[in-house]
Amino acid sequence: METIILFAPLVGALLCGFGWKIIGEKAAMWTATSLLFLSALLSWVVFLTFDGVTQQIPILRFIESGTLSTDWAIRLDRLTAIMLIVITTVSSLVHLYSFGYMDHDPQWKEGETYKPRFFAYLSFFTFAMLMLVTADNLVQMFFGWEGVGVASYLLIGFYYRKPSANAAAIKAFVVNRVGDFGFALGIFALFFLTDSINFSDVFAAAPDLAETQLTFLWTEWNAANLIAFLLFVGAMGKSAQLLLHTWLPDAMEGPTPVSALIHAATMVTAGVFLVCRMSPIMEFAPETMAFVTVLGAATAFFAATVGLVQTDIKRVIAYSTCSQLGYMFVAAGVGAYPVAMFHLFTHAFFKAMLFLGAGSVIHAMHHEQDMMNYGGLRKKIPYTFWAMLIGTLAITGVGIPLTGWIGFAGFASKDAVIESAFAAGNGFAFWALVIAALFTSFYSWRLMFLTFWGTPRGDKHTHDHAHESPMVMLIPLGVLAIGSVFAGAIWYSSFFGKQNEIITFFGGHYEAPAEELKKAVAERSPKASELKYVMADAPGEAGIYIAPENTVLHEAHYVPTWVKLSPFISMVLGFVVAWWFYIKNPSLPGRLAENQRPLYLFLKNKWYFDELYDVIFVGPAKWIGSFFWKRGDGNVIDGSLNGVAMGIIPFFTRLAGRAQSGYIFTYAFAMVVGIAVLVTWMTLSGGVE
Amino acid sequence: MDNLLSMVTFIPALAALIIAVFVPSADESYNRNSKILALVATSVTFLVSLFILAQFDASDTGFQFVEEHDWLLGLQYKMGVDGISVLFVMLTTFMMPLVIAASWNVETRVKEYMIAFLLLETLMLGVFMALDLVLFYLFFEAGLIPMFLIIGIWGGANRIYASFKFFLYTFLGSVLMLVAMVGMFADAGTTDIEVLLNHEFAFETFSVLGIQVIGGLQTLLFLAFFASFAVKMPMWPVHTWLPDAHVQAPTAGSVVLAAILLKMGGYGFLRFSLPMFPVGSEVLAPLVLWMSAIAIVYTSLVALVQEDMKKLIAYSSVAHMGFVTMGIFAANQQGLDGAIFQMISHGFISGALFLCVGVIYDRMHTRDIEAYGGLVNRMPAYALIFMLFTMANVGLPGTSGFVGEFLTLMAVFQVNTWVAVVATTGVIFSAAYALWLYRRVVMGDLIKESLRSITDMTPRERWIFAPLVVMTLLLGVYPGLVLDITGPAVANLVSNYDTALAAAEAASQLASN
Repeated sequence: METIILFAPLVGALLCGFGWKIIGEKAAMWTATSLLFLSALLSWVVFLTFDGVTQQIPILRFIESGTLSTDWAIRLDRLTAIMLIVITTVSSLVHLYSFGYMDHDPQWKEGETYKPRFFAYLSFFTFAMLMLVTADNLVQMFFGWEGVGVASYLLIGFYYRKPSANAAAIKAFVVNRVGDFGFALGIFALFFLTDSINFSDVFAAAPDLAETQLTFLWTEWNAANLIAFLLFVGAMGKSAQLLLHTWLPDAMEGPTPVSALIHAATMVTAGVFLVCRMSPIMEFAPETMAFVTVLGAATAFFAATVGLVQTDIKRVIAYSTCSQLGYMFVAAGVGAYPVAMFHLFTHAFFKAMLFLGAGSVIHAMHHEQDMMNYGGLRKKIPYTFWAMLIGTLAITGVGIPLTGWIGFAGFASKDAVIESAFAAGNGFAFWALVIAALFTSFYSWRLMFLTFWGTPRGDKHTHDHAHESPMVMLIPLGVLAIGSVFAGAIWYSSFFGKQNEIITFFGGHYEAPAEELKKAVAERSPKASELKYVMADAPGEAGIYIAPENTVLHEAHYVPTWVKLSPFISMVLGFVVAWWFYIKNPSLPGRLAENQRPLYLFLKNKWYFDELYDVIFVGPAKWIGSFFWKRGDGNVIDGSLNGVAMGIIPFFTRLAGRAQSGYIFTYAFAMVVGIAVLVTWMTLSGGVE
Repeated sequence: MDNLLSMVTFIPALAALIIAVFVPSADESYNRNSKILALVATSVTFLVSLFILAQFDASDTGFQFVEEHDWLLGLQYKMGVDGISVLFVMLTTFMMPLVIAASWNVETRVKEYMIAFLLLETLMLGVFMALDLVLFYLFFEAGLIPMFLIIGIWGGANRIYASFKFFLYTFLGSVLMLVAMVGMFADAGTTDIEVLLNHEFAFETFSVLGIQVIGGLQTLLFLAFFASFAVKMPMWPVHTWLPDAHVQAPTAGSVVLAAILLKMGGYGFLRFSLPMFPVGSEVLAPLVLWMSAIAIVYTSLVALVQEDMKKLIAYSSVAHMGFVTMGIFAANQQGLDGAIFQMISHGFISGALFLCVGVIYDRMHTRDIEAYGGLVNRMPAYALIFMLFTMANVGLPGTSGFVGEFLTLMAVFQVNTWVAVVATTGVIFSAAYALWLYRRVVMGDLIKESLRSITDMTPRERWIFAPLVVMTLLLGVYPGLVLDITGPAVANLVSNYDTALAAAEAASQLASN
């Protein structure tokens, strides 16, 4: 069954890419979509019936060289199962949605066939992503990792006539490669030390790695920390974390369904998945984990600030994604892997919906993406409006405070992240996330107010013809809306309930607690807070590994009340300010931007990262390239060698002049033919003897 | 069939002879006959060579299909293949029919053209099979002549400069190798490679003119061979002949050059340098590793700013060969496996990339990147093929380009992490220059007036690419096809190498006590 889940999208991609000429455009697209729905259905079956025991399903041999031995294989554990449903569900809905969204795309001329290609890319992406999450070893994971990179490249550059799309595609691929550079080195280091890159072997060796010193570059490092760090560099690229985040906003050049699938719900979360997957190593790498936490928090904060002032609807959501990914990394960084996966899971629903909703708005507005030209669309596109409203409630984290789980999906998971950050004692991360939550609420409501409230702005004709999207686009929105409302509440206890529930959910075991503590729980005495469950499995046996001394999941439930309330207060505050700015007093934002011009420009230009990178990396690379070419190859190498040969060359060129006339040619040929004949003759005569 | 290797080697030469003698020149229909004859001959060679592969026993680490005869002047004719060389033979026979088919539009001196390529095939095959120093040298050097002519006669505007540069660089390197071979004969008393592989060359340190030569005779011999193979590879900084040669060579010449001729250097390292001069190799390995790492970064950066398509791909070839030398001199199982894999895979990928350039060169007669743009609008099939090989060149997992890079980097990490880090940056640069090239040629809107009527690939062109596509993907998904054959032979080489080094270590310990 797992094999079918994995390969159905590949079959769909090939059919769509190459078979559409034979079976027809529509048939190819429906086949690919049906195969995806099949995958999704089977994934849910796997997820709901999964018993928690890690399974390995070998498929084919892969790279084998000396002690290096890897297979194409499926590793199924809880972590994989979660990713399976996220990927296939969102992907199948996006396939369906694309029937509507990609119809009559104005980027293409009359009679051009582009839809099967689009579906083929989408299905191929899904296949690569599934390879990534089902991998049993790092090299297969790297295959998926790069495969999704290519799919992303192809889809960002889907409108190949647009120079900006082509530039964005290359940028995405190359920046990701910077991350892969670290990832690859991490794999090499693991192989060097453990003589294997299969997860089971690597995880089993994790405790030893913590004791090992590795000489890398100029000095000695703790092996577990170094490896964890190098792998995390890969995660930074894929998940658009600070310093390697610049590609994600540009990736919005791709069609909107792509943004929903790849750049919101699935591919960008691969980095979070990687950190959780490598939890057996991460648990032994405290310094790296501290770095992950700080970087995640910084990204969450940075992206949220930039999101405040963007006016392109997709860019706002893109920065929001970047910011939410930061949340996930904070959770993973403090050791609350289930919480990271929880936020990944709920985020997939509401962020995919926000993007698809934005797509629906864009579709209605004839591919206008600037929010300054929207306004008052609530009545024109009511279903889209409701979907976006649910998405906004989910991302801002609306719920009943202090209950923990009664609320929209984002409420349960985001609060869990913030509480974990506090419980881990990381003040910076905690405050960065709380402030980011305020910003999140502000820019999300700003988006809503600018789009759906107020008076229509921009082209009147476009507004007059704004129309609700077709059913194929609304159904996916509806399904995702259900997820955005309920996903948090339903799975709260599995991801962020009592530790014993979490451990069981992820396929682990725990030791029975002392009788005394059990009694305390039954009696509801304060001593109950000392009841901690400790994972009894060795690293790698369960879906995730939580070291015995890692009690953050426990502590997170016992944070002060003001901490539990803080995300809620942030959310309300953000809403009120947004309402003040965009409903009550719409001229205020403009004036504020005037008064605080430097700050406004700083945020508007995304902290000038792109400009900085152009100056530091892109420019010098080209300059050095030219320098090596003209001076290095040209003057130094050729210059010196030619200098030596100067006496000889003119002589040869004179000879060469005659080569034209055929003399040299004939001589040379006679010589070679002679040699050939001689050798042939010797051989054949020798062979006869 | 106890002379299978000779048959494979000399079928092309025989065909060349037939064309030379029986096909009159300067006539349209006869031109066609030469083409067909050449295609048939190379195809038959490939089919016969499949017998070698079929009967090859990978678990046997010695030489197989060995032929040994007395030859003129007391020399011996000895051929054979082992797990290291057999795949190069297969690569050569596989590529040549494609090369001939890709030359179908050649119009000047067709007869001589075909003869040159057929002879070249014989000589290249000889290099990979020769088990005698003299024979090896003969094939190795003679191979220069047809290639020199191919560039010099059917090349581009600046072909004379390029062909002489090619000839002089490679020839000067080889002269030193010849001297070393004489030295080897003097030391070991034989030119039989099989015997020489088990001969221990002196490695006691001595001093010449006050300079300490660590590793003694082995180091000197190593250096002499190195001069020849490094130019052939080509390694930085003696790589500058390659871009010129590629640019000026006709498409088919570029394909042969990149796919097969460049592999002779790597093969030489594996056949001679590492097993025969282990101490010398060890002494100079750090130097070679650093040269490789520099090559990867340096040439990748240079590729980034090229304006000529062929030059860009040529520089990218140098970078990819950097992975090969790096893998070889990491001198462990993954390194050598990876190096061989990289060479085989690069044969398909770079060959295909030069063919890609050829496809549009045939239509527009320019290699300037500037002259193109938006080809995807009129040439979707071409865009797909070019994309695939661009990605393979970038080393995308799932294509054969990945396995070699991955293994060699993994290998060198175990030896020297600095080199590994510098070389791994190559994965970033390769993505940058390859995709940048692709964007400028294929992507974008079709606005150039001259390209308005350009046509997509013909069936002939598609059929030429088909086998390359299959091999690239097949080896990428199931690398066992190569690694199963090279594995045992490489394991044997590595263990001999380590044993020899340990013995040398012990000997020098003894001497110092």
